[in-house]
Amino acid sequence: MLILECPYCGVKAEETELAAGGEAHLKRFGPGSSDEEFHDYLFMRENPKGVHFERWRHANGCGKWFHAARCTMTLEVFGTYSAQTTEPPKEIQDKISEKRPNWTWRDVK
Amino acid sequence: MKRYSAFAVAREALRYHTGWERAWRSPEPKRRYDVIIVGAGGHGLATAYFLGKNFGITNVAVLEKGWLGGGNTGRNTTIIRSNYLQDPSAAIYEKARSLYETMSQDLNYNVMFSPRGVIMLAQTEHEVRGYKRTAHANALQGVQTEWIEPARVKELVPIINLEGPRYPVLGGLWQERGGTARHDAVAWGYARACSAMGMDIIQKCEVTGVRSENGRVVGVDTTKGAIDCDKLGMVVAGNCSHLSEMAGFRLPVESVALQALVSEPIKPCMDVVVMANTVHGYMSQSDKGEMVIGGGTDGFNNYTQRGSFHHIEETVRALNETFPMVSRLKMLRQWGGIVDVTGDRSPLISKTPVDNIFVNAGWGTGGFKAIPGSGWAMAELMATGHSPLAEEFSMMRFKEGKFIDESVAAGVAH
Ligand SMILES: Cc1cc2nc3c(=O)[nH]c(=O)nc-3n(C[C@H](O)[C@H](O)[C@H](O)COP(=O)(O)OP(=O)(O)OC[C@H]3O[C@@H](n4cnc5c(N)ncnc54)[C@H](O)[C@@H]3O)c2cc1C
Ligand SMILES: [Zn+2]
Repeated sequence: MLILECPYCGVKAEETELAAGGEAHLKRFGPGSSDEEFHDYLFMRENPKGVHFERWRHANGCGKWFHAARCTMTLEVFGTYSAQTTEPPKEIQDKISEKRPNWTWRDVK
Repeated sequence: MKRYSAFAVAREALRYHTGWERAWRSPEPKRRYDVIIVGAGGHGLATAYFLGKNFGITNVAVLEKGWLGGGNTGRNTTIIRSNYLQDPSAAIYEKARSLYETMSQDLNYNVMFSPRGVIMLAQTEHEVRGYKRTAHANALQGVQTEWIEPARVKELVPIINLEGPRYPVLGGLWQERGGTARHDAVAWGYARACSAMGMDIIQKCEVTGVRSENGRVVGVDTTKGAIDCDKLGMVVAGNCSHLSEMAGFRLPVESVALQALVSEPIKPCMDVVVMANTVHGYMSQSDKGEMVIGGGTDGFNNYTQRGSFHHIEETVRALNETFPMVSRLKMLRQWGGIVDVTGDRSPLISKTPVDNIFVNAGWGTGGFKAIPGSGWAMAELMATGHSPLAEEFSMMRFKEGKFIDESVAAGVAH
């Protein structure tokens, strides 16, 4: 069972309390962008075997969106963090580097 | 290859079954092949089979990191139907269904195709309208299917409770020629036929890199060394993004777990397949008597082939309402597979940004039924560069906005 700590209310929420929201840190493209950018933003996904950054909502709790860093091969959770950021905070990145030195994520690392 | 027949069974019975030969060879890889297929699931093996059968291309290797049929092909609940809404889907699934009818004879291998009929229950007004619309569309597409009223549902499925507490059964979409087949046998039958044509099926051989020069594929790196090829087919379901990353491009796909379970064997009680999409549950009875049960996917990216327990609970709870007898059953086994889900819930049979790399993926929760049709189309695309059945399933459709939106139209599922 997946357990994520909500960074807002501090509750250690198990899966049935949460709603998954898919890949995180997508850069949004809209009017004025190229077809390529719009297409990639809407449909292309990293879908990595390994470190994944994703959005979750504490649906049956405080109701807020937050971020989680997780490994899709082991289901290990590296940490959760606020929704108000465009890339994973340094301490989360460091924590992942300790355990998965070769991780990559788009142009973040 | 010795043919299987009633005579062969009698002959072997008389000589203590010492004459059976291995169904396929297990060779070491050669340095080079005309075509390499990655993934020995149903779709990969069917692609190889039709490359040989329809186009005479037999210098082919099928590379499999585990054992053949050990992916989703050996993990699914084997529902076969073709009554989809959109034209391109109806065409390829109906092609597949019709190929299933003669598959045992074509392959000389008993795949136990059982056209016992499939009902999709309508349990909301929305579903009633949706399924009636599908029935009309299917009439125009030449796909046999019909709308049936609750009384007829009860006749076909005596164990059903029409007056469920939340979602009474309002009717159903009935495809009499749908049914089930033996999943392993489909993989094994194709493997045997491919091997007999001289193709190499190489198990425990994981592709770890894709090599290309000037935008064109030249070979793959594997746990059994480098192998060259002219053309490469990636047919690895939930691992397709991982493989495309090796080749330097992304796919419009996410991989999630889908689970199934079976009960203890009981006496025959239901001789059709029933799907209930509103409550997310479906059920059939295997020849051994086990009730084979499946539901919806988990919500998050996952490569572990394990799902979340609460989804099993949801599925069983849903089925309890519709089939009260389920509450008395003990469940024997439960397992998961990693399914590849695209943006419009329809598959990809497509060229890619790298020349001579082709991808067949995105079958998600419902690709077992498509295996022969998909292999047919993929082989044609790889051999000739063009396939009418595959055309609309190009990954370019996301750029062009030409979605094949079955999830919204048909109410998802298998
Ligand atoms: C629980 C469950 C129930 C389902 N129920 C139904 C149903 O009732 N009806 C239906 O039509 N469909 C159903 N499906 C979907 C169906 O199983 C799949 O769509 C179909 O089997 C996919 O076949 P495939 O050949 O594409 O993939 P797979 O059978 O998964 O084959 C892909 C193969 O590629 C191999 N591979 C991966 N990466 C590599 C690599 N790097 N190198 C070498 N080999 C590699 C894997 O080991 C695997 O064997 C269900 C799926 C699941 C999980
Ligand atoms: Zn919270």
